[in-house]
Amino acid sequence: MMTVVRAEGVCKRYGTLDVLKGIDLEVRQGEVLAMIGPSGSGKSTFLRCVNHLERVDAGRLYVHDRLVGYEERGGKIYELADHAVARQRRGIGMVFQRFNLFPHMTALENVMAAPVLVKKEPKAAVRERARDLLARVGLADKAGSYPAQLSGGQQQRVAIARALAMRPDLMLFDEPTSALDPELVGEVLDVMRALVEDGMTMIIVTHEMGFAREVCDTLVFMDGGVVIESGPPGDLLNAPQHERTQAFLSKVL
Amino acid sequence: MTAPSPKVFSKTAQRGDGAVAIEAVPLRHPGRWVGSAVLAFLVIFLLQGWAANPRMQWDVVGEYLFSPAVLQGLGTTLLLTVLAMVVGVAGGAVLAILRMSSNPLLSGLSAFYIWVFRGTPLLVQLLFWYFLSAVVPKIGLGVPWGPTFFEFDTNQIITQMTAAVLGLGLHEAAYMGEIVRAGITSVDVGQTEAAHALGMTRFQTLRKIVLPQAMRLIIPPTGNQAVSMLKTTSLVFAIAVPELLTSIQGIYSRNFQQVPLLTVACIWYLVATTVLNAGQYYIERRFNR
Repeated sequence: MMTVVRAEGVCKRYGTLDVLKGIDLEVRQGEVLAMIGPSGSGKSTFLRCVNHLERVDAGRLYVHDRLVGYEERGGKIYELADHAVARQRRGIGMVFQRFNLFPHMTALENVMAAPVLVKKEPKAAVRERARDLLARVGLADKAGSYPAQLSGGQQQRVAIARALAMRPDLMLFDEPTSALDPELVGEVLDVMRALVEDGMTMIIVTHEMGFAREVCDTLVFMDGGVVIESGPPGDLLNAPQHERTQAFLSKVL
Repeated sequence: MTAPSPKVFSKTAQRGDGAVAIEAVPLRHPGRWVGSAVLAFLVIFLLQGWAANPRMQWDVVGEYLFSPAVLQGLGTTLLLTVLAMVVGVAGGAVLAILRMSSNPLLSGLSAFYIWVFRGTPLLVQLLFWYFLSAVVPKIGLGVPWGPTFFEFDTNQIITQMTAAVLGLGLHEAAYMGEIVRAGITSVDVGQTEAAHALGMTRFQTLRKIVLPQAMRLIIPPTGNQAVSMLKTTSLVFAIAVPELLTSIQGIYSRNFQQVPLLTVACIWYLVATTVLNAGQYYIERRFNR
């Protein structure tokens, strides 16, 4: 299996605060990796490093064997220019906790924006694909609605369709259901479940333990900026080896 | 309800779900009525006195309201307003983007510009541009400390009109810079992150995602600035640009009918600001969708 994401000793600090203290992990093609852990453990920060929304301070982070946000030439690391970083991000879809739909565009325009603007694809073809994507997330009838007219669950499903419109081969989910009313969580998880069945490579930061157990291949428990423990979800949830994992799971399960 | 309903509810409408709507006797405001009556009387008294005052010389007002000199001055005022606002908005956008640059030299330069142009009186700035030739007699293009390709007398380029547009526009840019910056920083950082995550460059993000949203906050104060600019153009009488007030002054310096002619000026300024306000209303409605 091909490796999509490879992290080697990834570190991130804000001022004097070490948020990530050497993360090592691998995500293979088609793998679904879920990250759990208390807030402030660094799991969202790691996710944001994968598409260079945060810059890695030390260690190496590769997506498809290419350094994220940097270039290594002749033993030296060079920072990438804005357009090169943008090019790297094209293949990586991201879904945010607060949806972050563009409020001045309709659902359809949100989905169409990036392929038209970034990839310069013809509008007519993109429009057709965008309609298909909205239908796939069950929102064919909401194409003309503005984000403010949609429920949280609907907005998050549009956000997933928007990310998929760039035909990513890796999807990052940053607590996609944390800002939703409980009865709306299911509809978003259903869409994500369908993506898993399609074989999408995914990293999911989540608090939905049931969902993580059901869909992920690898579960990673993080605390204090390090990976405490990782493995198949059944093993980790049923028989955690580390006492911090045990303490965390005893509170959330 | 089994008991007979109280009198107050006798005419209540039955809603479909059986809820009884409250039809209460409205609270009376006698003080408000008395106050309104007194104020209305005062306003009518003053307006009547003003309109009927023979010294207002309304016939002179009517005579000059559409006179060619006044209309020409009005045209110059409108042209000055448009040009100065164009310079101001464009300059303000540049200043705002520089100000938010991570390069300290660029953001410092922008801050310095705003400090100077907001910190000195507009009238002084106008005079300064007008007398530029005293400091810089020739303006040309060439290699610094090297050969000059071509040059002009400053007095040829900096006419009264260009001095006025430069003075008003560059002063305006300092204010617009702060307005644009406030608009841009008001847009949620999540919008930028989402755009970046989709592979948009910083420029694409600014143009397609951030600026359209910032416009909602930028437009209302910009409208105020335009209205204010329309009136501020009257300051250029100091460098003798023939705009509305200068034309009016020219006329009353000959016929000594100051009050009726200043009334003419006020009427035209009011008409123009009213049109601007209406335009602002429609633009705001468009961007508030």
